[in-house]
Amino acid sequence: MLLQHAFESTRRRLPDKVAIVCGAERLTYAQLGQRVDALSALLRARRVAAGDRIVLYLDPGSEFAVAIHAVLSVGAVFVPISALTKPEKLTYVLNDTRATVLLTNGRLASKWTRALPNCTSAPICVVCGLEQPDPRVEQWPEDTTANPHSDDPADQDPASLAAIIYTSGTTGSPKGVMLSHKNMCSAWRSVQAYLNFHESDIIGLALPPSFSYGLYHVLIGLGIGATVMIERSTSFPVKLVEAFARERITIFPGVPTLFSAILGIARLEAYDLSSLRIITSAAAALPEGHVERIRQRFPQAKFYSMYGMTECKRISYLEPEELSKRPSSVGRGMPFQDLWLANDEGERLPFGSTGELVVCGDHVMLGYWEKPDETAARLRLDPSTQTMVLHTGDIFRTDAEGYLYFVGRRDDIIKSAGEKVSPREVENAIYSMDGVQECAVIGVADPLLGEAVKAYVVAREGVDLTARDVIRHCLSKMESYMAPKSVVFLNDLPRTDSGKIRKLDLR
Amino acid sequence: MSGLRVELRRFVNENFVMGSGRSDFADDASFSDLEILDSSGFLELVAYLEEAYGVTVADEELSPENLDSLNKLAAFIERKRHAP
Repeated sequence: MLLQHAFESTRRRLPDKVAIVCGAERLTYAQLGQRVDALSALLRARRVAAGDRIVLYLDPGSEFAVAIHAVLSVGAVFVPISALTKPEKLTYVLNDTRATVLLTNGRLASKWTRALPNCTSAPICVVCGLEQPDPRVEQWPEDTTANPHSDDPADQDPASLAAIIYTSGTTGSPKGVMLSHKNMCSAWRSVQAYLNFHESDIIGLALPPSFSYGLYHVLIGLGIGATVMIERSTSFPVKLVEAFARERITIFPGVPTLFSAILGIARLEAYDLSSLRIITSAAAALPEGHVERIRQRFPQAKFYSMYGMTECKRISYLEPEELSKRPSSVGRGMPFQDLWLANDEGERLPFGSTGELVVCGDHVMLGYWEKPDETAARLRLDPSTQTMVLHTGDIFRTDAEGYLYFVGRRDDIIKSAGEKVSPREVENAIYSMDGVQECAVIGVADPLLGEAVKAYVVAREGVDLTARDVIRHCLSKMESYMAPKSVVFLNDLPRTDSGKIRKLDLR
Repeated sequence: MSGLRVELRRFVNENFVMGSGRSDFADDASFSDLEILDSSGFLELVAYLEEAYGVTVADEELSPENLDSLNKLAAFIERKRHAP
């Protein structure tokens, strides 16, 4: 089974059903399928080969779904990156994957035009929604009469790569999580085993589809024949709930910042969201007060608190009926996988212990793209089962029944607004500023973001820097969730005897 | 109203405009499209409007029609100031 097979069967089974709603656009499965065929035909004509990496740098919308399925249909690998990505990181991803094609849109032109000249792999750039024709790029195919290509790479191995998804790493350079068709189909099967989305569902997706949590809603939604409503902006919460009420969404996946925005609407009861049957939360722990308010406001909906990571998509969920009893637990796993806590020696610990969470199953990634050391640190051979297992780097404790409670990270990765932030990456950006002598970045507790990024900076003598200067500089280099929320200037940073910066003393 | 636009542009430039080259954005350019403001940026902007201009922004008024360009912002504040 390959990842795209479910969608291919749905488009034949339900041609006239609405597959995607985005703004004023409504596409049926037949229309979406035709667009997939047109883009596939273009990729074939450009001699895209099986295993080629194709970067998806797109605003959330139907093109994103078209791109995924077209890339998979030619046996290539999709690499989704956030539309908020800055040119430096886009260049990094294009070069790191040696991408042969970049699929993007006109609104992002100011960024990809700056990234492409620095690309060593000279990718073909295919652009949708370009106002003026540009000879340097290809137009996204409008022709929807392309013949569906039947020689699906039927002999393609399910163990081959389907996607590479970038995540922040402790070394400061993002790492590409390699996921095979089998990995992604397994994660899908486990998630569906407990969430059980239906063909009749309407998914209200305000999460970016480039992000694992959002991506699987597009894949599963279109794979089962549901309707996926993609909302581009979360800046205007009332607009968001108006659209959700209008479409009568039944599924709402959220993250803490999104729930805060919605719960912050004073007249939330004015919007009819009674059709909601499932609300899920992942990416970061939701404050208990929020959980209570969601349950009061949407009593008809089942609320699932979940936990996972890009390296295997999902790891655990809490059964809704357990929520009152153990509100801060993320549950005790999910179907079709195994998990346990291990001590520093890698030995399995009994219930009631604290240790690193280890996960075993077909959903566990193949490794990090061309990063053998980072891969070896996370994927290790389990002596008792002789299989490769994922050492998550997350410390949990279990209660007597095996329910998991998050304790902290093993490394210094910051989790802000549900996204992983590498302190090294932020420090590198701050060091690139004129006038900075030294800096250190840590995460500090924040009621809304979980953790907020905080920078300590030592300015060069005679240089007048402000906190705003540092924050603005970072915003020009990286996605806004990575930029420091606060900056403190010091005369020097605390150090260990060996001269290393002591971050513990900054906390 | 042009004075108001100058003030608003200064606030946006000082607080949000990222890197160089964007401070000359057009008066009718969308802050979202140019990625000058994201959801937390709009919240900061609203907090500033409430403080600097003494207006109260209701949840329903938090919309692209009112906030998503310099022209729209200036017109919105003018309307709020003259509201009975």
